[in-house]
Amino acid sequence: MSDKAPRSTIRFFAVGLAAALFVFAADPATAAGETLAIHGRIIHTMAGDPITDGVVVVTDGRIVAVGAAATVAVPADARVLRAAVVTPGLVDAHCVVGLAGYLNQDHDQDQLDATEPVQPELRAVDAYNSRERLVEWVRGFGVTTLHTGHAPGALVSGQTMVVKTAGTATVLKATAMVAVTLGDAGRAQGDKKAPGTRAKSVAMLRTELAKGAEYRRKQADPDVEKRPAPDLRLDVLARIVAGEWPLLVTANRATDIEAALRVAEEFGIRIVLDSAAESHLLIDRIRAAGVPVILHPTMKRSGAGEAENASFETAATLRKAGIPMALQSGYESYVPKTRVVLFEAGVASANGLSIQEALATVTIDAARILGVADRIGSIEPGKDADLALFDGDPFEYTTHCTGVIIDGAVVADQPR
Amino acid sequence: MPATWPRLEAPSNGLIRSGSPGSRRGSRWRSAAIAAALAVLVLVRGQPSPAGETLAFIGATVLPVSSAEIVAGTVIVKDGRIVAVGPGPTTPVPDDAERIDVTGKVIIPGLVDTHSHIGGGSGGDSSAPVQPDVRILDSINPRDPGFRKARAGGLTTLNIMPGSGLLVSGQTVYVKLRRVDTMEELLQRDAAGNALVGLKMANGTNSQRDPPFPGTRGKSAAIVRQKFTAAREYQRKIADPDITKRPPRDLELESLVECLEGRRIVHHHSHRADDILTVLRLREEFGFRVVLHHVSEAWKVSGELARAGVPCSVIVLDSPGGKIEAMDMSLATGAVLEAAGVPCALHTDDPVTDSRLFLRSAALAVRAGMSREKALEALTLAGARMLDLGDRVGSLEPGKDADLVILSGDPFAVRTKVLQTWVEGRKVFDRDDPEDRLFAVGGYGAGRDQQAEMCCAGPTK
Repeated sequence: MSDKAPRSTIRFFAVGLAAALFVFAADPATAAGETLAIHGRIIHTMAGDPITDGVVVVTDGRIVAVGAAATVAVPADARVLRAAVVTPGLVDAHCVVGLAGYLNQDHDQDQLDATEPVQPELRAVDAYNSRERLVEWVRGFGVTTLHTGHAPGALVSGQTMVVKTAGTATVLKATAMVAVTLGDAGRAQGDKKAPGTRAKSVAMLRTELAKGAEYRRKQADPDVEKRPAPDLRLDVLARIVAGEWPLLVTANRATDIEAALRVAEEFGIRIVLDSAAESHLLIDRIRAAGVPVILHPTMKRSGAGEAENASFETAATLRKAGIPMALQSGYESYVPKTRVVLFEAGVASANGLSIQEALATVTIDAARILGVADRIGSIEPGKDADLALFDGDPFEYTTHCTGVIIDGAVVADQPR
Repeated sequence: MPATWPRLEAPSNGLIRSGSPGSRRGSRWRSAAIAAALAVLVLVRGQPSPAGETLAFIGATVLPVSSAEIVAGTVIVKDGRIVAVGPGPTTPVPDDAERIDVTGKVIIPGLVDTHSHIGGGSGGDSSAPVQPDVRILDSINPRDPGFRKARAGGLTTLNIMPGSGLLVSGQTVYVKLRRVDTMEELLQRDAAGNALVGLKMANGTNSQRDPPFPGTRGKSAAIVRQKFTAAREYQRKIADPDITKRPPRDLELESLVECLEGRRIVHHHSHRADDILTVLRLREEFGFRVVLHHVSEAWKVSGELARAGVPCSVIVLDSPGGKIEAMDMSLATGAVLEAAGVPCALHTDDPVTDSRLFLRSAALAVRAGMSREKALEALTLAGARMLDLGDRVGSLEPGKDADLVILSGDPFAVRTKVLQTWVEGRKVFDRDDPEDRLFAVGGYGAGRDQQAEMCCAGPTK
């Protein structure tokens, strides 16, 4: 065996450690409007086959050209960056990063309010901290967009949002979905009694949706005087019933996944299955329902609890079945508080997915499920210039993420 | 290592000697135990003697850890031990050997996890902060799926520990991941047949709470010092030539005396740099042997650790967010300790990281600058030494237990699979076996049975 790690890497990690922990090296941000030319020995555009010896040209925060280096004209004033592999900026299809912080102390944990079981009116944008160190951490590993928000852990815990990981926090969707948790994890906490069982959870959810439908019907009354007074909670439920926002239903056991699909069909609402540890048992049912899955982190703890039957191969199973699927970093209450989708997709790529397929779970397929594929998720002219640079196969354990670009600005340039 | 080292199959005993040398009842108790164990061993399932069986693993790249990589090597195993490791052309295969073609594969020593919580075991309860008499081996379920998953990860030797919620949460246990049904058969034993165990200690925030637990770091150290001071006094008294003056047996102090005498290693949870230095201070005062565990901030005090010569077992986490005293954890801890010359092992802390991904921990340490050689050693021989098992496991060399892992490729590559795991010359995991594969990748049945949900059952008013 040879020692492949360059000494400079050690020096970076060891000597620059303290500095890197608090401020992510020096601020490497480029000036807005700067033209970049990013050369990659391999460019995974996620919009066609990978390009060998390619270049991506970026101007004013947008991708203006991508192709083989020999065929793309690079402006003379472009700042040139080089990497072994270039991918779209990674998309974490579900997490609580930014509402949940690095320290796991009360003051940086705003992902769950357990005082009531049903609170769809809680907005993620009102709690997201773009300067949170946890945001910086995931950004260093190539993650440029988060679907984050209220956590699993209450029947209806609140809304989610889609936001970029730059400090400027470009919000792609202020409200993306409304988070619902079925099963043990969705039971009432503290001195609350309901919901206390799986069946009760479903009954309560159906009751709320029925209220939303009723509110929506009454709000449509031609006689303005007869419309009910505005109600934040019912307004959100009405939008769900109207199909404007989907429910993000965290359900790990097959029993709970089936319940979620049953409720979606009853009310004609859109849902996205979240975590779905036992989705591999219900492939035909999920495919028939046309419901996408934002799958648990590949390395999610499976020792006990509702995810005990999770499999490293579920991503491959869903992919093979043609079910729209993305990977998430997830949410756990202890170490690690969040994960990094780069690593989760890497382990999926070792368990049945090709590199391209695994990359799709954290780029274009995630963007599609989140409804933001018109702006991010692939390297194509006209899309936002969100890119991740690597010094090798992005999924190899020993590869480093060497650069991160968001909206055309270099936001990280140290090996991680 | 003596050639007469007792094997598990040898009827040395089937139980644990819990008496110290000062115990007056030890030998009679032991005789009874041996008799009982003999009876039990006759009934033990799945433990045929491997005597006479010779295996030859042929054609793999062999990474012995204790010596240089061998391309197209041969590993010869007899009676559960390694008898030869070398290049194919110069390593003759005995005529009676079963030849196992592993061309193109990679063989590494069985992995040693210095810090695991698999098996559902428990330690002390909330009644007191120091409970060195409590043994985790009395509570482990050998049928727990965690054992099957650990074998699927290439693990063969474990130190299973109680948690870090107490200053002293109890005795750890060293096990071999043999494919067996009883705790007694999992035990790793010394030459006299005694179960090998350590002592789990912790400082920092995990073990601080309402009385009788300490509320501060200073109080934590004082409680530990008080207890070890009492142990010293007990140690002196039980050595009294006048038997009538010896104190009655005290299981707590007896356990600590074993630490004072270096016969039992303290495995100490510690995160912050000042907590690490506190452990070094207590070690200096009482002279116990200690392995530091987790050591999130060891990179800040690597010089002190090197000077003290205290080994560290590091948890590699790919993401932060656990608790405030671990906020400065770094993937580079292994690299920093290597550069400073501090003996460094890695551990899973399963369930904190998954035993099936233990190789990944080392690969991430390599990502952050640790050498590949030291990273592989950190998964094997370094950990074995921290358990006083460095002469028996942790590397592929003649005389050592035939604990080995057959990999599909480079140990640190993401797509490499553990194909087979062998313990003492027996295959305990085979990825081609559908049942084993279930535990390697997961799926329905890899967890535990799901129980019906019974609301409102139990005592009523």
